[in-house]
Amino acid sequence: MVASAPEKLVGKPIKRREDPRLITGAGVFIDDVRLPGLAHMAVLRSPYAHARIVSINADAARAMPGVLGVFTGEDIKHINPLPCAWQAPGVENKVNTPRLLALDEVHQVGDPVAVVVTESPYQAKDALAAIEVDYEELPAVVGARKATTPGAPQLHENAPSNIVFRWSCGQDADQVDAALAASEVQVRERIGNQQLIPTAIEPRGSIGRYDPGTGEYTLWATSQAPHVHRLLTAAFVLGVPEQKIRVIAPDVGGGFGSKIYLYFDMPLVLWLSEQLGGRPVKFFEDRSENFLHTSHGRGHDSDVAIGATKDGKITALRVDTFANLGGYLSTIAPGTPSTLYGRMVAGCYKIPNIHVGITGVYTNTAMVDAYRGAGRTEASYMIERVVDLVANATGVDPAEVRRLNFVQPEDFPFDNGLGGLPYDSGDYEKALNRALEMVGYEDLRREQAERRENGDRKMLGIGLSSFVEACGLGPSQYMGREGWAAGLWESANVRIHLTGKVVVTTGSLPHGQGHETTFSQLVADELGVPFEDIQVKHSDTQGTPFGYGSYGSRSLAVGGTAIYKSVAKVREKAMQLAAHLLEAAPEDIVYENGGAYVKGSPESGKTIQELAGAAHVGYDLPAGMEPTLEATTFYDPPSFTFPFGTHICVVEVDRDTGDTEVKRYVAVDDVGNVVNPLIVDGQLHGGITQGLGQALYEGVVYAEKGEMLTGSLNDYAIVRASMAPMFELENTVTPTSVNPLGARGVGEAGAIASTPAVANAVIDAVSHLGIRNMDMPLTPERVWRSMAANT
Amino acid sequence: MAEAVATRIPVKMTVNGTEYAAEVEPRLLLVHFLRDNLGLTGTHIGCDTSQCGACVVYLNGESIKSCTVLAVQADGGEVMTIEGLAKDGEYDPVQQGFWEMHGLQCGYCTPGMIMSTHSLLKRNPNPSETEIRHALEGNLCRCTGYQNIVKAVQYAAEQMSGGSAPTS
Amino acid sequence: MFPSQFDYHRPSSVAEAIQFLQNDPDAKILAGGHSLIPAMKLRLAVPSALVDLSQVDGLRGIAVNGDIRIGAMTTYAQLRDSDALKAAMPLLSEVANNVGDPQVQSRGTLGGSLAHADPAADFTAVVLALGGSVKAVGTGGEREISADDLFVDLFTTSLNPDEVITEVTIPNPAARTGMAYQKRGHPASGYAVVGVAVSVTVGDDGNVSDARIAVTGCTPKATRATAAEQALVGKPLNEASIDAAAKAAPEGLDINGDHYASAEYRAHLVEVDTRRALEAAAKAL
Repeated sequence: MVASAPEKLVGKPIKRREDPRLITGAGVFIDDVRLPGLAHMAVLRSPYAHARIVSINADAARAMPGVLGVFTGEDIKHINPLPCAWQAPGVENKVNTPRLLALDEVHQVGDPVAVVVTESPYQAKDALAAIEVDYEELPAVVGARKATTPGAPQLHENAPSNIVFRWSCGQDADQVDAALAASEVQVRERIGNQQLIPTAIEPRGSIGRYDPGTGEYTLWATSQAPHVHRLLTAAFVLGVPEQKIRVIAPDVGGGFGSKIYLYFDMPLVLWLSEQLGGRPVKFFEDRSENFLHTSHGRGHDSDVAIGATKDGKITALRVDTFANLGGYLSTIAPGTPSTLYGRMVAGCYKIPNIHVGITGVYTNTAMVDAYRGAGRTEASYMIERVVDLVANATGVDPAEVRRLNFVQPEDFPFDNGLGGLPYDSGDYEKALNRALEMVGYEDLRREQAERRENGDRKMLGIGLSSFVEACGLGPSQYMGREGWAAGLWESANVRIHLTGKVVVTTGSLPHGQGHETTFSQLVADELGVPFEDIQVKHSDTQGTPFGYGSYGSRSLAVGGTAIYKSVAKVREKAMQLAAHLLEAAPEDIVYENGGAYVKGSPESGKTIQELAGAAHVGYDLPAGMEPTLEATTFYDPPSFTFPFGTHICVVEVDRDTGDTEVKRYVAVDDVGNVVNPLIVDGQLHGGITQGLGQALYEGVVYAEKGEMLTGSLNDYAIVRASMAPMFELENTVTPTSVNPLGARGVGEAGAIASTPAVANAVIDAVSHLGIRNMDMPLTPERVWRSMAANT
Repeated sequence: MAEAVATRIPVKMTVNGTEYAAEVEPRLLLVHFLRDNLGLTGTHIGCDTSQCGACVVYLNGESIKSCTVLAVQADGGEVMTIEGLAKDGEYDPVQQGFWEMHGLQCGYCTPGMIMSTHSLLKRNPNPSETEIRHALEGNLCRCTGYQNIVKAVQYAAEQMSGGSAPTS
Repeated sequence: MFPSQFDYHRPSSVAEAIQFLQNDPDAKILAGGHSLIPAMKLRLAVPSALVDLSQVDGLRGIAVNGDIRIGAMTTYAQLRDSDALKAAMPLLSEVANNVGDPQVQSRGTLGGSLAHADPAADFTAVVLALGGSVKAVGTGGEREISADDLFVDLFTTSLNPDEVITEVTIPNPAARTGMAYQKRGHPASGYAVVGVAVSVTVGDDGNVSDARIAVTGCTPKATRATAAEQALVGKPLNEASIDAAAKAAPEGLDINGDHYASAEYRAHLVEVDTRRALEAAAKAL
């Protein structure tokens, strides 16, 4: 008998099922993995940003207590360098990727030069101090623009002027220049987007274990993409058959992009374990190593030329960007400033003439790759600054400039002219209007005017940011065309055991996003089984189908859809079985409330648990039907999804000191359909906070010779509890037609929207003094200096 | 190079109600003693400079950063870690608050965050939002933006004070 | 992050502690350890031995009896939470509540902070502005060092290598004394980018009879802003005199900058924060 309707879970703020282990200290992160015989690897790193390694003497270190081995680049020169799996499309890329340990030359401070393996981690650090390296220091260069100038130090022979690639999109530059020249209002500006450190609170780590009996390797790693790490390690670095490697991501303590990439230590700990006859070898980086060497994000320096009419309509936009990629190319570094940035610079606006040119550049810094919002953060910052510059130049209110230039609901699907996939749907003005209403925009503008009139010390600033982003990556065919060297679909297997319990395996995996909860909600509703009966398995290449992992806000839109489709297949099979058992025509069977029955007769129906049992034992199956209820889906989305919204930030800036205080933050987001509002809001809070951090606090600083001056959490400021206000969130819901869930994705939206909202607010606060742009982070001194220069 | 055979020093401490004795190098940090000697891996390490607070535990009734205390300094002391917070299978109200209010995402900072919160509420059972944020200055979270952490603390304060509404 | 090896001593008396220091010139005193242990983890400090003062009797406690006497090993948390101190001199509790974070406050000690003489510490400037002094005990016996004479340079004090601070004294402020500490914390470290501590006494004639203003965060050591003090003494404490003092505050100070905040900006902040601190002190009169 099929019972009455169980409570629907999708759309409800269900408490996370992940949390009990995490609030009791029972989570198992990489540093918590305990293996018998564990040995510890520590890394000797270059103190120079650019140098030739003349000699390394490790004899003293080898004699230290507990030392099991010391290895240098020379010892592993037969091992391939790390691969670069996403080059800027359609142009030549001068590829230089790091070796596991530097051979001959180092190109950044922190470049791994040698490793020691010891019994205890304390001994490892002791032994490092006993290795002598003789370096010949070479001239170094910091700053992407500077690195391309004549006479700048050269990092790699194959990359003259340190240029990795030159790439552009949109119309011809000449055509756009002509449109600019013909525009009533013209604005030129240099806009920066400083280099950031992702700073997941858990640093990176890896443990490698070789099994001499089977010749198999197991890698535990802080990973956002275990299958990809296996593929790259096996086929591109170690040359080990892919099936001989298993990669496991234990609980992962945040990633924000930085744990997507293949790093030197991952293949190295496997190789070292093999050298040690199978003793597991562990690497867990210090925070300072994380800052120096785990991939950074952003790092743009752009020239922008804007044309507009006197009433604020944008007529032309040309952006030329230098993108720092660091000393080598990280795993997908060139794809971020090209596909993910260049093609999204138009934002939510119709711009008739647009050209974006990117120069990817090597400099002697940490590698730069995707970091939360990757490319689209830089694009939204660029275009939202552009819109405010137009407002500033024309005297038209920033909200009105946005309205005037928005893509309209009837324009979808919309091609922004930059060669990317068309925006699916949206109502940008609706989100803007709601945000203005929530914040009380007109009153704030009045108050701002009054304060300016009175010469108040606390100046009020209101910053708008209307954004659209492209996520849910991505259609494989399109990504292949864009230079991505693999597919980008996602996988899911849904299996109902004989006992009626459901196991979902997915190629998506969490590092804080709550996949186990969200996916269980989805399956519970679609299958009509209790939430508690569902287990979501992930993060282990053994037992999950190949998957591309979690980044680009793709887990629900792509991974969730794969699950949804697998459930549909299971349900379909269950209905066929029910038709057989109930001796009814398949077309008369409905599936509802956790069971299948003949239309109108739920009391004589079969529950999914009964059907699973019947399917499993296989005593009475229709002809040709295989036993068990199980289905696998490899879902390749037809397009990106395009979340959008408007965020508004209100700040007070102290005229005497340049201090900024964020007073209010209002966000209206449209992420399409929401499975778990608790989790969606949490993603937005975190994203907004990271973006706020970029606007006000964060930024890597390198000295001229390439030493990092912000090498610890004592110097590099991420947002603390006291620095953020309570955010005021609302949603509009415009389901996407790209996937059957109608979900657009939410992992990056907050970070994409908030940086320009906060920066625009600070600049707005001082705009009456003649200031129209400042570089981030907007530290008190920067703001103070701008004010001093303009009064 | 100095002779590398370290002097080991006997230490005794009570951790989560159980007495432990060991001989340790003076340089052994308390966080490593807890994690590696006692296997209490709920206390995490997230930085080198005493900023992140992932390692916060109680030592003699005060919340401290166990990465900045030597095991020998805790000799004779009483330590409580995240593993010792739940009593008889019942979550502490602070743990419950973090769960109810979605005060965690990746969970790495969470044990330290919970211990700091616990210590705050012991000193100030009814903190304002400003006091909560101030009390969490030593705990960094990169996922939540702190909003739901503040709500979790308020939830716990309310539970612990028997349901009266906390000020905000 | 793992420190190098060292020997560990846990004396039970000051005399015993001094003995350890005398025997090993590379030994360091371990108080709260919240400056020393991070430096040791980074291997920026490699002491041969640590002399842990935690079990030495008589180094903790707050006695309010006119003057305020604070044991050197008294933690910031004890200062923060002391009802006696909150009643006698709430500024000290407030400052303690803003040093680092609650966990630093649990371990960090007043004596340790003064002996370490970090150029961006808070209590160095506060004790200096309040006219405080420390009792130092060494092989040469016991002596009182005024805060004016204690801070010599970056991380350098006038303590002898074998001397231990045992007590800090804050003198009983004269009637009609206002005090305040204005701090601007670094967004990452929480240390003072600029901190200004002031103590201003107004005499019977309504004019400032005594002013002590000390700056931290931007100078190699906590330093008196004497030009600002001179601008106040003999004047009524009002907007004009406060403004004159604020403008004079950076004069004669050796102000440093770094990539976060330049010397020029910090000098400007010294002015702004002196003004704000004096305004707060005036209100507290």
